Amino acid sequence: MSILKTENLTYTYSQGTPFEKTAVKNVNLEIEEGELVGVMGHTGSGKSTLIQHFNGLLKPTSGRILLEGKDIWENKTEIRNVRFKVGLVFQYPEYQLFEETVFKDIAFGPKNMGLDKDEIERRVRETAENLGLPQECLERSPFELSGGQKRRVAIAGVMAMEPKILILDEPTAGLDPHGRDVILGQIKQYHKKTGNTVLIVSHSMEDIAKYADKILVMNKSELFCYDTTVNVFSRSKEIEAMGLDVPQITRVFNALEQRGLNFGKQVYTVEYAKELIMKKLRERGKVTRC
Amino acid sequence: MLKDITIGQFFPGESLLHRLDPRFKIIITCIFVVMLFIGDSVWGLVIGSVFTFGAIALSKIPNRLFVKSIKPIFPFLIFTAVLNLVFISDGDVLFKWRFIKVTEGGIETSVYMLVRIVLLIAGSSLLTYTTSPIALTDALEQLMSPLKKLKFPVHELSMMMTIALRFIPTLIEETDKIMSAQKARGAEIDSGSLRARVKNLIPILIPLFVSSFRRAEELATAMECRCYNGGDGRTRLRQLKSGGRDFAALAVTCAFMGAIIAVNLML
Amino acid sequence: MEDIIVSENLRFHYTNEYDEKAAVTEVLKGINISIKKGSFTAVLGHNGSGKSTLAKHFNGILMPSSGKVFVCGIDTSDENRLFELRQHAGMVFQNPDNQIVASIIEEDVAFALENLGVAPKEMRQRVDDALKAVGMYEYRYHSPSQLSGGQKQRVAIAGIIAMRPECIILDEPTAMLDPQGRKEVLKTIRRLNREAGITIVLITHYMDEAAQSDRVVVLDKGQVVFDDVPSEVFSNVEELKRIGLDVPQTTELVYLLRKEGIDLDSHIISEDECADAIEALFRTSNNNDDDKAVQAAS
Repeated sequence: MSILKTENLTYTYSQGTPFEKTAVKNVNLEIEEGELVGVMGHTGSGKSTLIQHFNGLLKPTSGRILLEGKDIWENKTEIRNVRFKVGLVFQYPEYQLFEETVFKDIAFGPKNMGLDKDEIERRVRETAENLGLPQECLERSPFELSGGQKRRVAIAGVMAMEPKILILDEPTAGLDPHGRDVILGQIKQYHKKTGNTVLIVSHSMEDIAKYADKILVMNKSELFCYDTTVNVFSRSKEIEAMGLDVPQITRVFNALEQRGLNFGKQVYTVEYAKELIMKKLRERGKVTRC
Repeated sequence: MLKDITIGQFFPGESLLHRLDPRFKIIITCIFVVMLFIGDSVWGLVIGSVFTFGAIALSKIPNRLFVKSIKPIFPFLIFTAVLNLVFISDGDVLFKWRFIKVTEGGIETSVYMLVRIVLLIAGSSLLTYTTSPIALTDALEQLMSPLKKLKFPVHELSMMMTIALRFIPTLIEETDKIMSAQKARGAEIDSGSLRARVKNLIPILIPLFVSSFRRAEELATAMECRCYNGGDGRTRLRQLKSGGRDFAALAVTCAFMGAIIAVNLML
Repeated sequence: MEDIIVSENLRFHYTNEYDEKAAVTEVLKGINISIKKGSFTAVLGHNGSGKSTLAKHFNGILMPSSGKVFVCGIDTSDENRLFELRQHAGMVFQNPDNQIVASIIEEDVAFALENLGVAPKEMRQRVDDALKAVGMYEYRYHSPSQLSGGQKQRVAIAGIIAMRPECIILDEPTAMLDPQGRKEVLKTIRRLNREAGITIVLITHYMDEAAQSDRVVVLDKGQVVFDDVPSEVFSNVEELKRIGLDVPQTTELVYLLRKEGIDLDSHIISEDECADAIEALFRTSNNNDDDKAVQAAS
């Protein structure tokens, strides 16, 4: 059974006013449990609006969202529980930190869930460890930390709620390449360890290509496609026409294809590109080493 | 949500009202306010309405915006009307129930009051709708400039206003975002006892303060980099120039004022 | 060509204001660079490498703890010439929101000119020119909150070029932007460099932005580790990765293939160069009579 399903999901901002704008139009989507999904689409494509529906921050103008087969808006008073099941990390989440200590800040979500003290303690320590935050930093003020550490504390605050689905809106925005790799690596690790569903919104196709199993593309308020990474990048020309970037390596291989050099496979990571080239060279007997 | 607030917003345009000298607009608005308060007769209000609606028509700003600016104070309007209705006991009693007595005078006063407040809001919204906040601050700065001699920090005040106006939309957006982020962590923002509610504001206010300080610091550096050094020796891109039409507008306003005074004297 | 920015053994450390004996954090440890007039230089480095601190020395926001910085011949530690310096070398910051002062675009662009006391008529001309130069003239009456991040950043650039500077220093101007905004901003600064001859110093951690500049200076732990043309700098794949940076995917592919023993030029950066090189590999192998492009290690 799919963990999250939308049925004809539509959302219109400021309905009935001259500023009316449909941000999400008739989206039908089914996300299976345990997937790592990359979400892409340019600014204003509706992707941010869409993900805010998944945890009930926004209520659809029409259509339904089913979490584990249950309409999340069936019982309005239950919506807070939906937020615990579907954790959402906003863009630049470090700007939401407020507690005196890192420990208390990570504990904010779990405390709101009404968990007991020992369980909160366990979750905070475990999450901090998973995100590479040393135990001694738990007693420090979050405002003393470095930018990258703050970001991880904020992500930990949502992870510690142990949501069934974790959604991160541009978790690497503004980070340098090293910081980016560390955080994406930790998210991947979390995904592997817990087996929970993870959605990552990113502008970097190179990151999505490297980490995601499936990709969801939003374009002009509509769902353009939701498919495996290979299949999505096989439509790289359409994606580029949308004004989105495809990985540089994909563009190189598309150019080669145009020149009549066809590798027969969709290329979107550097490692894979290397393998393909080596394989083809071997086939031609040009490389003898195995 | 928070974004729907329109009071104090500027709608760029090229209408006659947009082109008037903001200094004159401020003075005219002041006269207009006085006009509304001395004109407490039917004719006074009719003249006031003609003036307001005439100005609205000239501004070419869609009427719905004025409706929208009045909406938030609607409860206040009703409250004022009811208060007048109940507490003024002039003229014939029209309706009586226990200690509540509605009189003709009460109805009259509350209708006058309503019309006046609506005109007041619409008229003063017109000032901010047709005048860019910066022009407004410039005009205030100039109108207040005689106070500089009394060591009153006129330039500093207008700079503060400029920056405040600039950052209001940014901070509103930021507040919305922080609220959503905390809600996503299970924060309950609009429920519980008063005490609980105040406590629930902490997760929103602290990040908002922290980010405002950060913004202020960055903005200060950016301003320094653009050679900001207080008000001395500054020139302005937009020169406030008054011309024939400004004096004409002032004359028209004075004529309306005169009409109201005349009506008052005659009745 | 003459040098517009020269730093001589520039050192900088933050001191603890409350406790003078407390450990000082040394951020810049003796930087010697000189930047040519009219050039486009990228300064690369991970967060905390000192690249922003360096940028802040170029227009007198920070003063060296020791050593000297000269910009357009002005010693940046000469406080009497600070305004003059800032007119010559303008600065654009990361967060587009926090550098726009006015609620109307054209009035914001005029801000620096107002501060400098430029006559209104000339100001009008310079504001219009600046807005046209960044392609934001049609938006002159808009408010900043109506603009996208990339547009706001272009307005911030216009606010600087209205001062007619010789040099613009941009401190991670694209870090908070989406790909569309990044493209807009880069296109704008490249055009200013090419057409108006304005010297550009671009602080960034995006490799693709650095790959298209004339020169790349790489900082790590407050020191210059590389200072050369992009193709030379990016050929040091391992070293760059070790200091927390990345290389363009094309360069990385070439690097991986070279590790397998394929003979390719390690200076490849652009997509075209990369495609050419790969095509060449197979073309020679199709001809089958000339093996020099492919030399397998056995």
